[in-house]
Amino acid sequence: MKYIDPHIHMVSRLTDDYERMAHAGCVALSEPAFWAGFDRGSALAFRDYFRQLTEYEPKRAAQYGIRHFCWLCINAKEAEDVELSREVIAMIPEFLDRPNVLGIGEIGLNKNTPNESTIFCEHLELAASRDELVLIHTPHLEDKFKGTRMILDMLKNESRLKPDRVCVDHAEEHTIKHILDAGYWCGMTLYPVTKCTPQRSTDLIETYGTDRLLVNSAGDWGPSDPMAVPQLILEMRLRGHGEQTISKVVHDNPFTFFSKCRRFKAES
Amino acid sequence: MAQQLTAKTALDRYFLETRCKIIEIAANLDRIDRGDGAAAAVQDPRMVQIREAVQTLLGDGPGRAEKCQLVFSIPYDDGWSPPNSK
Ligand SMILES: [Zn+2]
Repeated sequence: MKYIDPHIHMVSRLTDDYERMAHAGCVALSEPAFWAGFDRGSALAFRDYFRQLTEYEPKRAAQYGIRHFCWLCINAKEAEDVELSREVIAMIPEFLDRPNVLGIGEIGLNKNTPNESTIFCEHLELAASRDELVLIHTPHLEDKFKGTRMILDMLKNESRLKPDRVCVDHAEEHTIKHILDAGYWCGMTLYPVTKCTPQRSTDLIETYGTDRLLVNSAGDWGPSDPMAVPQLILEMRLRGHGEQTISKVVHDNPFTFFSKCRRFKAES
Repeated sequence: MAQQLTAKTALDRYFLETRCKIIEIAANLDRIDRGDGAAAAVQDPRMVQIREAVQTLLGDGPGRAEKCQLVFSIPYDDGWSPPNSK
């Protein structure tokens, strides 16, 4: 089955992963800008990272017939440094019109601090003023519930951003309803130990339906599996869901969300 | 979208996995008990959360997964001031 992984950090994966994903049916993916595993020393390091996301990775993906899209921002963890964040935000417009950029992301909260909230709102301001899509990271573990609710409050205050142009990611059992009820797209991350399993994601699809739901692997530097979306496809099949229903979640929904970006073309 | 599995099929399919996870939890708790300083560990807030979550499993469902998630979550205060609130 053809699928799209709407959240995966390919800069931290091997070329072999592109090949395995292509074998499993991956036709496109999107890569949000994130933390590199260490705090970067200057805004210049982000400039190089944005070049990697907009110049190099699309070529590496194309070797396996996979379309590569990306999102730009300074991640929530490094957003604690407000001065650095503002330098990076000021640089983003230079890259926004590159053809594989879908919008601003993954912005969000990490430890739910005032500095993170300030920089989150400044990213929202940039997205609203440029009419860009937004992809949002919600915090991990004990911080997720509070952080997700804070994010929804801040989104509500930015009335220029239409809910159907925003995806709130890393949803789990205690946050999914809040996100969907507010009208946003909602991502579920299949990630060992700290997020959702294919079984639990399928439970949530059965509970909340397939509208505005996306499923991703978030494959990155940490223990994660770039083949997680095919695992969800298998789980849904084994539970008796039809191919059309599965395809809506793993292909049509991300395609529809990406299509809202004016730079996105249905065919490459 | 309806669940396709009957309760009986779900039980058949997930029984061994559930059994395995419960035994893992029991063994994890035993390991904590056997270690030096077990009395202090029992007072650790995380142990309090674990006990509360296990109680939640014995309650009525569905919604147990969501309730367990909330046991392990910092509460949200709707009185906070977002930076972009006018
Ligand atoms: Zn990510």
